Amino acid sequence: MAAVGILDVDLCGPSIPRMLSIGRPDVHQCDAGWVPVYADAQKSLALMSIGFLLEDPDEAVVWRGPKKSAMIGQFVSDVAWGELDVLLVDTPPGTSDEHLAVLENLKKHRVDGAILVTTPQAVSTGDVRREITFCKKTGVRVLGIVENMSGFVCPHCSECSNIFSKGGGEDLAKLTGSVFLGSVPLDPLLSSSIEEGKDFMQSFPNSATFSAINSISQALLSSLQND
Amino acid sequence: MADVPDNAPEHCPGTTSEQAGKSSSCEGCPNQKVCASGATKAPDPAIAEIGAKLSTVKHKILVLSGKGGVGKSTFSAHLAHALASDSTKEVALLDVDICGPSIPRIMGLEGEQVHQSGSGWSPVYVDDNLAVMSIGFLLSSPDDAVIWRGPKKNGMIKQFLRDVDWGDLDYLIVDTPPGTSDEHLSIVQYLSATHVDGAVIITTPQEVSLQDVRKEIRFCQKVKLPIIGVVENMSGFVCPSCKNTSQIFPPTTGGAERMCADLNLPLLGKVPLDPRIARSCDEGKSFLNEVPDSPSAEVYQNIVQSECF
Repeated sequence: MAAVGILDVDLCGPSIPRMLSIGRPDVHQCDAGWVPVYADAQKSLALMSIGFLLEDPDEAVVWRGPKKSAMIGQFVSDVAWGELDVLLVDTPPGTSDEHLAVLENLKKHRVDGAILVTTPQAVSTGDVRREITFCKKTGVRVLGIVENMSGFVCPHCSECSNIFSKGGGEDLAKLTGSVFLGSVPLDPLLSSSIEEGKDFMQSFPNSATFSAINSISQALLSSLQND
Repeated sequence: MADVPDNAPEHCPGTTSEQAGKSSSCEGCPNQKVCASGATKAPDPAIAEIGAKLSTVKHKILVLSGKGGVGKSTFSAHLAHALASDSTKEVALLDVDICGPSIPRIMGLEGEQVHQSGSGWSPVYVDDNLAVMSIGFLLSSPDDAVIWRGPKKNGMIKQFLRDVDWGDLDYLIVDTPPGTSDEHLSIVQYLSATHVDGAVIITTPQEVSLQDVRKEIRFCQKVKLPIIGVVENMSGFVCPSCKNTSQIFPPTTGGAERMCADLNLPLLGKVPLDPRIARSCDEGKSFLNEVPDSPSAEVYQNIVQSECF
């Protein structure tokens, strides 16, 4: 079983703890640093998020750039992740303090690359183009593009509606010479699983959404293994 | 003195920051002594200048959200269109999402550039009575990335407020990026010598969105920014084929309705998903004009016509 860590550097809007149903455990220190919070008994999924350090979950983190950068520095250097196969870093939108802080602090370790997530709309791919430039300028390899919210199949009549337009992710990949990893449809079952912190992959293994996410992660893993 | 002077080192915390002159990045900077002395933390004169400049703007409305991707820019743009549909009103839309400026595309102004004149920067006009300013107009290519830390973003926001020749306005709408950070603090700080009507907060029905929106509400309370109300976007989807409604983003904890009831805030409206909204935004058109009979357009019109604006 692979050991995976998730570092949530969205300091103003930390969503990962709820999505993994982790609640608000205390974060402990050990000799090697902060102990990450484990999502499972086997300790195969470790997580660090500012969500764990807030006394009140509704408390706003109203910090300017330098303070955010310092916190991220601590998250990277002072968390005792242990042996991990993969460390995933979830970032807020943008090309600013958080993104620069993560890269600066990960510089001494190897960064395999970045996955860029977009919706099909031009308004979204328009921003992701700039994110790709950020990756080029900071020397981060673009592992590929994922198109989220890619169509909705009506459960009543099976008609597919392209609520957030269509095709933008693939077009963006072609335009920028990036790998298109795949698309994930809009799925109320995925939305509600995430809301309730349930494991969608376990609950709905036969769904088209599961299949889409699975094939994206397989494509990603092969690309990482071929390095 | 500029917030990040030209001769400052790369990680300059900003001359008005608590860390000014004291952070490790300040070592060796020619301004270190001045910053450490506290002289740079005196109120920024730009605040008073902006106060004077914007005294001819009757209403200032910030559009905020804790969460990204909930439809802030879509709402800001269409609020601006709706207010400007009254040709006697002068409306302006300021985009302070420095890293992800969507407003030029949504307003059909991609590729436009900003001009300088004696009275400052001219905003870009959509119509005679609808002006727009965004960093998007200062970038020469759609691939350009704005890789700026907080202090530099703050400097840009200051310029947008102080140096743009807005003229006399009935409404200035400010579209923001998600979060409670530099852009949000700066816009509130730089507008502190003016009257701000308040903030409209955008969410989707999901708890992961509401969770961040509650933080945004705390931010507003902390900086004493009145909250005009909350708009719930992506609130259900009516299939164009069979007309059944699906909750694509289920309100597992009661949606904005429950949150507003709990926090005693006005719920301005619930806007259903409509694929034509995304299409209009991508094409730079107002969906209020393109599909005025859409249930989403009706909700928008009701929101704008309510006494809140």
